[in-house]
Amino acid sequence: MTQLALVIDLNVCVGCHACVTSCKQWNTSGSAGTMCDDNPYAAEPTGTFFNRVQTFEVGTFPDTETVHFPKSCLHCEDPPCVPVCPTGASYKRKEDGIVLVDYDKCIGCGYCSWACPYGARELDEHEKVMKKCTLCVDRIYDKDLPEQERKPACVMSCPTSARLFGDVHDPDSEVSVAIREKGGYALMPEWGTLPANHYLPRQKTKLHIHDDKLTRVDNPLKKEGRLSTDEDGPFLEDVTTW
Amino acid sequence: MHPPFSVIFLTTLIGAGQGLFLALFAAQCYTRLENIPQQTGAFYAYGSILALTLLTGGLIASFFHLGHPERAWRSATQWRTSWLSREVIVLPLFMLMVFIYGTLHFFGINPPIHATVAIPKGGLTIIVGVIGIITCFALFICTGMIYACLKFLQEWHTPLTPINYTLFGIASGFSLAAVYTHVQQSPLLGFMTLWAIIFTVFAFFTRGASLIRNYRLKHKSNLTTAIGVRHNQIQQKAQGAMGGSFNTREFFHGKTAMFFKSVKWIFLVLVFPVPIALLSLGLTNQHMLILFVLAFVLQYLGLIAERWFFFAQAKHPQNLYYQTI
Ligand code: SF4
Ligand code: SF4
Repeated sequence: MTQLALVIDLNVCVGCHACVTSCKQWNTSGSAGTMCDDNPYAAEPTGTFFNRVQTFEVGTFPDTETVHFPKSCLHCEDPPCVPVCPTGASYKRKEDGIVLVDYDKCIGCGYCSWACPYGARELDEHEKVMKKCTLCVDRIYDKDLPEQERKPACVMSCPTSARLFGDVHDPDSEVSVAIREKGGYALMPEWGTLPANHYLPRQKTKLHIHDDKLTRVDNPLKKEGRLSTDEDGPFLEDVTTW
Repeated sequence: MHPPFSVIFLTTLIGAGQGLFLALFAAQCYTRLENIPQQTGAFYAYGSILALTLLTGGLIASFFHLGHPERAWRSATQWRTSWLSREVIVLPLFMLMVFIYGTLHFFGINPPIHATVAIPKGGLTIIVGVIGIITCFALFICTGMIYACLKFLQEWHTPLTPINYTLFGIASGFSLAAVYTHVQQSPLLGFMTLWAIIFTVFAFFTRGASLIRNYRLKHKSNLTTAIGVRHNQIQQKAQGAMGGSFNTREFFHGKTAMFFKSVKWIFLVLVFPVPIALLSLGLTNQHMLILFVLAFVLQYLGLIAERWFFFAQAKHPQNLYYQTI
């Protein structure tokens, strides 16, 4: 079984929103129709996005850290949003585990958005259907694109390579290795949704310098330079001439 | 959650309609068992029309909740997994049963069916009525389970949710039945009034229980589990949108804490003590129609406030991601 997913490295995400804009650009120009965008240059810009980058501050000033946190549908392995849909418009693909909405079947009742604990689904207020991340299902299998471009738009655009894409069920894939070796975790594990997307924690590279590295305890003379017989203390000669 | 008025009217109207049908059928069984003079067929027929009117009103209100009402038929397909889909099937089925029940009574079609021992002297209307009652309760359960099945909406995820929906529906239905029997000058007025009081008292206890439960509720999700950073001090600085989004409009009630609190007290007063007092007065002053009308109308207004509060009180875990612009 394949389960495609994103792995997002919070350690390197700089919060530039390149993934947000490239996602919107790709998906609003696609065959599925536009994603609404009201007052884009006015005081109250609002619209539909599949992906958003949020910012959190951890700690209390001055001891704080900024965490940029990209958030999109996590393509849960046990998605609570799918069984509640009354029309069958929301479904999870058997072949690759992508959770999709059929925009032609959706009646826009909004029930699935209530059933997603992550707020990953947004009702398009113009088209009146539910929208969410498709993992660029219309890119990743497109034979017209060069092999290395068959990736979600957000992954392509990320300048720091904070977004990895692959099959999390294949233990040797780049994403599985990253999750395994860098402590990848799932969001809100308490609800048993088994999100396929994972996040890599922030890690600080620290150099540990111990005191014994600063003072040379292996130098009993506590001094550099040539040995002097004027010094008190045990000398090599004391031992050897004895 | 943002309380959607379409759903508030849907649930309160069909609740009252279901309760009224229950009251009518209870009356039919009661007169049969207690040897009270039978009501005319017209009594049940017009009562059924009244119930159908409420149910239709609820159905129409529900369409305002949909983005694409023209595709609504599709929502009957996923009954295996979705409570919403089940409700979509059961509601018209129940309306059909009420319609058949009313029609049989109107034309006085009630051939005796002696085969069933359990229903002494029962006729066809009793059989139809029993099927109606079953669909009626199925509808209460579907409506309640739509909310109760969402496990991370912890305020709703309790058996008390469908129980409250059921008891509120029955209580308001019997209140309406009291008005109806008064208008029809039926000897069943006392019966309806008494049961309206009893069901209102039951609802008071179960709704009270859910209020206490929700007051003590500990939410399982917090910012630590939401973004996976283990720290007690996490503050959101940006949510990725400046003018709000579907997430900020759909999941927050957007009213002040004061407003929220007032709605709670308004419904606690209008749904329980006021109708109970008015109906009890009515028991001794059976000629005063105004008491019964006021009891029903005020209770119904209270139920609208109750439903608003039911939605507004539920805290969706997604709100953790949408705390500051
Ligand atoms: S993140 Fe939300 S919308 Fe996406 S699969 Fe999980 S529950 Fe469904
Ligand atoms: S909004 Fe559309 S996809 Fe979501 S539950 Fe309703 S019909 Fe299904």
